[in-house]
Parts: sequence; C-alpha cells; structure tokens
Amino acid sequence: MSLDASIQLTLGPLDLKMEIAIDEGEVVALLGPNGAGKTTLLRAIAGLVPFQSGHVRLDGAILEDTATNQYVPTERRPIGFVFQDYLLFPHLNVVDNVAFGLRSRGTPRAAAADRAMQWLDRVGLKNYARAKPAELSGGQRQRVALARALAPDPRLLLLDEPLAALDATTRAGVRRDLKRHLASFKGIRLVVTHDPLEAVALADRLIVMEQGRLVQTGTPAEVTERPRSQYVADLVGVNLIRGEADDGLVKVAGGSVVAAAGAESGEVFVVIHPRAVGIHRNHPEGSPRNVWRGRASNIELMGNRVRVRIDGEVPLVAEVTPAALKELDLVEGGEVWISFKATEVGVYPA
Amino acid sequence: MHSRVSLLIVAAAFLAACGGSSAAGTLSPTPLSGTISVFAAASLTASFTALGVSFRTANPGVAVKFNYAGSPTLVTQIEQGAPADVFASADTPNMDKLTADGYTSGTSRVFAHNQLEIVVAPGNPKGITGLADLAKPGVIYITEAPTVPAGKYSLQALASASVKVTPKSLETSVTAVMSKIELGEADAGIVYTTDVTAAGNKVAGVQIQAANNVIASYPMAAVKGTANSAVADAFIAYVLSSKGQSTLATFGFLPAA
Amino acid sequence: MPMRRERVPIPFVVLAAIGAAFFIVPLIGLIVRTPWRDSITALTAPETVEALKLSLVASLSATAVGLVLGVPLAWIYARVEFPGRDLLRALTTLPMVLSPVVGGIALLLAFGRRGLVGSWLNSTFGVTLPFTTAGVVMAETFVAMPFLILTVEAGLRSMDRRYEEAARALGASRWRVFTRVTLPLIGPSLFAGAVLCWARALGEFGATITFAGNFPGVTQTMPLAVYLLVETNQEASYILSLVMLLISLVVLVGLRHRWLGSA
Repeated sequence: MSLDASIQLTLGPLDLKMEIAIDEGEVVALLGPNGAGKTTLLRAIAGLVPFQSGHVRLDGAILEDTATNQYVPTERRPIGFVFQDYLLFPHLNVVDNVAFGLRSRGTPRAAAADRAMQWLDRVGLKNYARAKPAELSGGQRQRVALARALAPDPRLLLLDEPLAALDATTRAGVRRDLKRHLASFKGIRLVVTHDPLEAVALADRLIVMEQGRLVQTGTPAEVTERPRSQYVADLVGVNLIRGEADDGLVKVAGGSVVAAAGAESGEVFVVIHPRAVGIHRNHPEGSPRNVWRGRASNIELMGNRVRVRIDGEVPLVAEVTPAALKELDLVEGGEVWISFKATEVGVYPA
Repeated sequence: MHSRVSLLIVAAAFLAACGGSSAAGTLSPTPLSGTISVFAAASLTASFTALGVSFRTANPGVAVKFNYAGSPTLVTQIEQGAPADVFASADTPNMDKLTADGYTSGTSRVFAHNQLEIVVAPGNPKGITGLADLAKPGVIYITEAPTVPAGKYSLQALASASVKVTPKSLETSVTAVMSKIELGEADAGIVYTTDVTAAGNKVAGVQIQAANNVIASYPMAAVKGTANSAVADAFIAYVLSSKGQSTLATFGFLPAA
Repeated sequence: MPMRRERVPIPFVVLAAIGAAFFIVPLIGLIVRTPWRDSITALTAPETVEALKLSLVASLSATAVGLVLGVPLAWIYARVEFPGRDLLRALTTLPMVLSPVVGGIALLLAFGRRGLVGSWLNSTFGVTLPFTTAGVVMAETFVAMPFLILTVEAGLRSMDRRYEEAARALGASRWRVFTRVTLPLIGPSLFAGAVLCWARALGEFGATITFAGNFPGVTQTMPLAVYLLVETNQEASYILSLVMLLISLVVLVGLRHRWLGSA
C-alpha cells in the first residue's frame, strides 16, 4: 500500500508545491510552522481542496489527476480524516458518531452499531456510547474522533493536528494512546502537526514544510541532528549557519568566516549547540578559532539554564548557567564576545 | 302685466338656481361652508361622486368627502366612531340598525331605488340569458355576501325564480364582484343595474325578469353628532331635489317616489 | 454578591412604556370586551368550525409547500454564487414588504383564469385556481414563504460547514450529508422558519380574499370569517379574534430565543 501525491496549488497567499510518497510501513508526520500549508496539503489529498496541477494515487488507484481530468469525490475515497476540532456531530451520540462512516457506506444499522461499539471498546470509551459529544472531555472526544475515522477501515488515515486542541496535561497521555493506535493501524498514516515533540514522538519519518515547499525529510533523529532550515533549528534549539566550505573554513552570508572541522567543500550547514557557545566580557584568549563581537539582545531564563541571544557578525544563541550570567554582569544590550571551537560544530552538506 | 310676468320668470329662475327647497323652507339660501363626510354604499360610487361635484359647484364654500363600502361595513365603521356626517345605505335594514342603535338624527329618507341585473363579460361569451343560466355547468357565478344588501337581494331573486346555484365566492361589496367580472375571473355575478351602467363597455348586462327582480330602496340620513348639520342636511336635500334625482336617473337609478 | 442592575434612563422607560402600551392595550380591550359566556357557542358554531378547519388545513399545506420549495431556495442562496443571485433573492422575499392585496392581484394576473400561466392551465387542463382551496394555499404560500426562506438561509450561513466536510470524509453522499448533517444542524432555524411561515399563512387576509375569494368551507379562512362577522355578530368576531391572537402569542413566546440563526 502506498500514497503517491504530487500537488501544486495556490490558495490565497499560499503557493504550494509538494511531492509526497508514503509506504504503509511508516507513520509520517508533516511538520511546519503555521501557514506552511500542511493542513491545505492534507485537505487536498482528501479531495476537499482543488489543486491546479498534480495527482493523488492510493495503492496505484488514481484519486485525482489533473492531466487526465480525473477526480474521485471525497466521499468515495477510502480515507479516514481526524479534524483538528474533531467535528463530532453534536446532534448524534457517541456510538452513532462512530457508526456514521459505516452507515454512510451501506452497513446495516445493527452491524454498524456493533462495530462502533467494538471500536469504542478499543479506545476505552464503551461506557460513553450513549453520551453526547458535548458531555465528553477533550481527550475523550479525540479518541471518539479517531474511532470514527478508523471504524470504516480506511486505507489512508489523515490526522490534522490531532493533539492541538488539548491542554498540556492531557496531551502526553493522549499522545501515548494515539501512538499505540497508529501502530496497530495497517494502512497509510499521515499526521500534520506544528509541535515538534508530537512529530518526534509519533512519527517514523518527518516531512518538514515551509511556505508550501518541502524543506527537509528524514527520520526524527536525522532531522533533529541535521536541521536544514532555520525553522527546524529553532525547533530543536540549535544554531544553524549556512555557507560555502573551503578546507576547514566556511564563508557565510555577511562575509564572516567560520572555522569548522570537517568542512571540506561545497555548500554546507554548520550546526552549533548553544551549550558550545561561550560568552566573554572581553576578547578571549585561547584556542577557539571562532571569536566574534556581539550584543546581547535577549536573555531568557529557562529553569537552571539561561539562553542568551547575541546579535552581531555571526548571530548565535548561547546557553550558560545563571551563575555565569551573574558573574558576567550581563544585561540586555550589553556588549560581549562569543566563542566556540571549530571542533564543537556539526557540518553536513546543504 | 309685463312686470308680473318678469317677476315670475325671475322667481322661477331663482328657484331653479337654488335647486329646490328643503322642508325647513327658506327661499334665500345662506351660503354654506365646511366639509362633510358621506358614507355611501358601494353601488353609489359613480353617482354620488357626480352628485358631489355638482353640489360643490352650487355651493362653492363646501367640500364633500366620500367613503364607499358595503353597507354593513359602513354601519360598523360609524358605530365604532368613524367621522361620518351622512349615511346612504343600499337597503333599509342597515339604516334601521344604525337608527335603532341611536346613530342617526332626523328621519331617514328614501332617495332612490335600484334593481338587480346580471353582469357578465363583454360579448356575453357564456351566453347567459337569465337567472336559470347561472346554474349552467362551466359557469363561474359569484355574488355578494348575504350581509351585503345586494347579496341578500340576489338570494331573493334566485329563490323567486327557483334557481339553485352555489356561488363560487361571496364578495364584500358589489365593487368586488364587478372587478372580478372585469378581470375575467368569474363569468357572471348579480349586481345593481346602476353598476352595469357605470362600468360602460367593460362589462355587459343581462336583464332579470321583473317578476323575479327585487326593488332595492336606498335610504339616507344625517349621522348624529355631525359637526356640520347644515351642510349635511343640505346635501341630503340636494340628493332629493329634482336636480339630484335627474343625476341619479342618468346613472340608472329609479326615482325616490 | 448580588448582580448590580444597570440603571435605565428615565426617557427610555417612558418611551418603552408607551411602546408596550400600544401593543398591550388592544389585547386588554379584546379580552375585556369578549363575552366569555357566549364563547363556547361562538366557537362551536358550524361556520366557525368550518373556518377553523380550513384555516388549519390551508396554513399547514402552505407551510409544507414552503418547506419543499423554500429550503432548496435558501440552500442555493446560502451556498451557490451566481450572477443575479441578489436580485432573485430580493424578488422571492418581496411579498414580505408587499401589500397582501397587491400580492393577490399579482397572483390573479399570473394564475387567474386569464393569467399568464392560469390561462394555459385553464385551456389545457380545465383547472382554475381562484375560488378553490388550492388557491387559498397559493395565496398563503406567496406571502408566508419568504419568512421561511430568510430564516433558513440565515441558519445555513451561520452553521459550521466543516461538519459537512467531516461527513463527506466519512463517505456520506451529498444527499446524506444534507439530510443527516446539514438539516439537523440547522434544525432550530428550520423550525423557527416553519413556524413563522405557518403563523403568517394563518393570518393572511388580503391576498386570500383577492385571489381565492370567500366561500365557507372552501376559501373562507378564519381571518375572512372574522372580517365578515364584524358586520353581523360583533361579539362572535371578538371571540374569534381572541383565538387568533392567542395562537399568534403562543407562537411568538415559543420562538423567543430563536428568531434567526441556529440555536
């Protein structure tokens, strides 16, 4: 089983051009900032948003193809969609909600109710069968929405920000359950999220999207260790620099040169963990090859660490202890020197 | 001799100009002024409008406003306090009701008579020749509601001719029946001869035999509490005068006496 | 802590009181003048029963026609964009502001015996609509349907259309989406629209008497019966007027939360 989609569309200010190929064996998370077009792409795969050119193929069967003018309406696609707000039908009780997809596809009432109850049991909500959605908590509604989408045995499961509507305390627990259900689902699974924690927790592969374009794809480990965009770098919490490598030196935009061990040649990314960046009152002496002036533009206390954003020739974020900060007598706007070793960076081709 | 004749001629001319005398009887009329409201039965629409014009011409300081509707409607309006000075009814029972309820002043006078006539579309496409033809299949016959004098009379006429026919609608006035005939919605209706005359060539009429026809009496009276009894009485007198009577005759009414 | 009530400006209170009195005094007048002893006789008189039955049958039929024709119209107005939509919507809601008698005349010109469509109906099928109960239903539908259309359209516009997408994603055909999701979600608007339509149809007079005429048992609805009773039996007319007023009052009180939009 596989999903093969290539979609190009414009919707308002969004200009989207994406290619996606997913196998049944992997849970894929579509990660990106708000406005990247993730939900739009999901809806386009579902057939809810028209696109200018491209195709959507599921298991080789054409769901949509602009070249041959083919279009299978949403209701005839073997998909399951979990919406961000769940959209449980308020006028139906829980079991009727879950049975809706089965009834719509022709299953007789009794058989549909049976299967719906089985699914409710699986998500642990058997006792809430007769309740109305308004009586359930956010986490419970999420489980009903999942059961509703899965009950008709779809081949493709699309989830749009499945945990976004939950508060932080319930989210972790629901995420664990969701991972379990996703694992037991035999079809193709595509999750849209803006939360990196969610993406990393749920997915086998990440697809990072920004402004309607593909930015990076890989396993969570690959993506987080080797971010290829500022967005991912920010998510992961590392510094990212891009430049032209030449035998241990990288020329970055703005003219500065960064010393990076392992930077041979070609366009490269240089990743520097904030921990590796040192802050000094005066020009530091010593071995670090990378030393620059800067101004502390933002100081953020995060538990027992402090993150300091420093603007300058090479803008970076540094991480120090509160004690160190006090010793430096550093305030926002203060002039500093930063340094990091050429061996304490990661380098990989852009 | 010469002077006496001329005096007579002048006197006669004077009398003619005055348009007759009222029961109160004064040969030199005081100039009338003011406005009166005359509530008149629907079948008097054309004739009373004309009477209003000539009454006004004879009495320049006077204005007459008319309110036409089915007689029972007018009675209800007057009893509910509508400002009427004169009431002209299409039958005696409606006038009697108003009098019995104490809304008239002075005695009512019959000023005209009317007769019924069958009204049909121009050219009489359904070939109605008399009351019996109203019951022909395919003929849509309408009339006034029984509470309206014309409606009551039409029932009497049909009964006397032993014709059994159910009207398709009971309208609230002769005018309503006339308009439905003119619009072509109904084939035949029973109205007054005066209504048929007033509509000219928009309709055609079919006479009803005298034996079955009904003579309707139209009484008139001043309304009690009228603000302008002089003008009200003068108008009534004018309608009863030979001038008024001849005007009514041109519209097809039968004389008061 | 008790709620602090907002102080109402005195001029507002005075004007509001006058406004309220304008509506309450006639009702009180009717209640006071109604001869309660004779009400049973008046209400059970055969003509009254006939008029009442006819009114109920005609107004309910008019509501049914209004639903069948009005809901699709409301749906098109709310969901489909096409040139001339605003003009069409204005035309189909015109009867709301038109004098009912004018409406009746318009109906005659269209569906009367010599009307645009009526003459064809007459010559082809021998069908005439004036002076029939069907004509009453037509007249009532003409004046009352706009209320239903407006209310349902407002409900459709204010509902969350994503529920329809959710239903489609679950495999529901468009018809199923409409009947199982859309209609239940706009239920309150649908109900309010139908009740407004029914109440308006029940009270219709001008268009009915002009287009359908007046005959007991066939076209003489309650309003027409009351109109004629005013001239013959005033006390009975008070009683019937009170009945009609109470029906309207119940409708208005029952709908007080649900004028427009979904609940």
